[in-house]
Amino acid sequence: MAATLQFDLVSPEKRLASFQAVEVQIPGADGDMTAMEGHTPTITTLRPGILKAVGTDKTLAFAVTGGFAEITAAGVSVLAEQAVPVEDLSGTVLDGMIDQARELASMALPDDKDMAEKLVQDMMALRQHQAH
Amino acid sequence: MPSLKDLKNKITSIKNTRKITKAMQMVAAAKLRRAQEAAEAGRPYAERMNAVMAGLSASVGGSTSAPRLLAGTGSNKVHLLVVMTAERGLCGGFNSTIVRLARVRINALLGQGKTVKILTVGKKGREQLKRDFAAHFVGHVDLSEVKRVGYVQAQAIAKDILQRFDAGEFDVATLFFNRFQSVIAQVPTAQQVIPAKFEAVEDTTTALYDYEPSEEGILADLLPRGVATQVFTALLENGASEQGARMSAMDNATRNAGDMIDKYTTIYNRSRQAAITKELIEIISGAEAL
Repeated sequence: MAATLQFDLVSPEKRLASFQAVEVQIPGADGDMTAMEGHTPTITTLRPGILKAVGTDKTLAFAVTGGFAEITAAGVSVLAEQAVPVEDLSGTVLDGMIDQARELASMALPDDKDMAEKLVQDMMALRQHQAH
Repeated sequence: MPSLKDLKNKITSIKNTRKITKAMQMVAAAKLRRAQEAAEAGRPYAERMNAVMAGLSASVGGSTSAPRLLAGTGSNKVHLLVVMTAERGLCGGFNSTIVRLARVRINALLGQGKTVKILTVGKKGREQLKRDFAAHFVGHVDLSEVKRVGYVQAQAIAKDILQRFDAGEFDVATLFFNRFQSVIAQVPTAQQVIPAKFEAVEDTTTALYDYEPSEEGILADLLPRGVATQVFTALLENGASEQGARMSAMDNATRNAGDMIDKYTTIYNRSRQAAITKELIEIISGAEAL
């Protein structure tokens, strides 16, 4: 049996998932990464994308918009600002999120403008990915 | 001596009041359960967030490049007090305890010659503070239309605070709210959010983390989120406290109404008996006179 690590996904409002996973695919701000048992302790921020946790008997995927992940040798905890199970993800939900991001981008201060616009781009990419 | 009819009316009216307070108590009990669940559910996120930020700030805090949200503006002249109270009354000392704590702090700060700005969340605190400190008000957040406080509201409040900070409107921000301990105990709390303060990290076994992007980058990203999380936690604690306070206040009110009903019923019976006795005496003495 493959070695597992503890996977936790929490949002500010509730705990969304907590189980033993074999690997967790994380959309990191500097690029995607996959965490498995024994990973170097890492903290990374998230960009909007699909977070996927592969367990021995189930695989869960969530669309996350931002937050960060804390990876240790024994577990991964993802603190997502907003996370939606992929099954519940429809074009309309995503469009809503994109609109929200756009609105934020339009109000952002010049310093944060690039960041906010990148967020919108990431969201659009996610939307296209989902449409296929 | 009130007439029998007056007494009877009084008893009926107290009985009605008791029905209302009893209903309010039960509603508060149901809401309290939900509010407590929400507070419980929000805890893992807040704790994890706090732990990571405490670790980060410990390693970055010393450097001169530390973000302003952590290091502060370098002065502490202007204080922003975010006073969070309920939208409704009839919840015992809930609102007044927060306001009292805030008032003591405001007077202390004013005494030290600092500038005080007040941002209120919830109508009740605004009403109470407005009497003395109307000149210091900078804003008010109305949550009376919100049925269930969510992270969205916390984000909105945090954004407001952060924008003011970026605009250089204040140096130090403090949240005032009631921390929920039990149904009968709510602790008024003042929590400083800007510059960020963390309880010392007790576990020294924390692994050395790799950071992606950089430590500073992550911290800059996390600190604003941290403010939102703290506001959210405060809102949830406040929500649970409000319902807890209301429940015990209404329980007391119901019991008081019961006591009053007993008292007035005794008086009513006594005066009824007195009236009967008086009538009898009149009849007997009338008969004897013949």
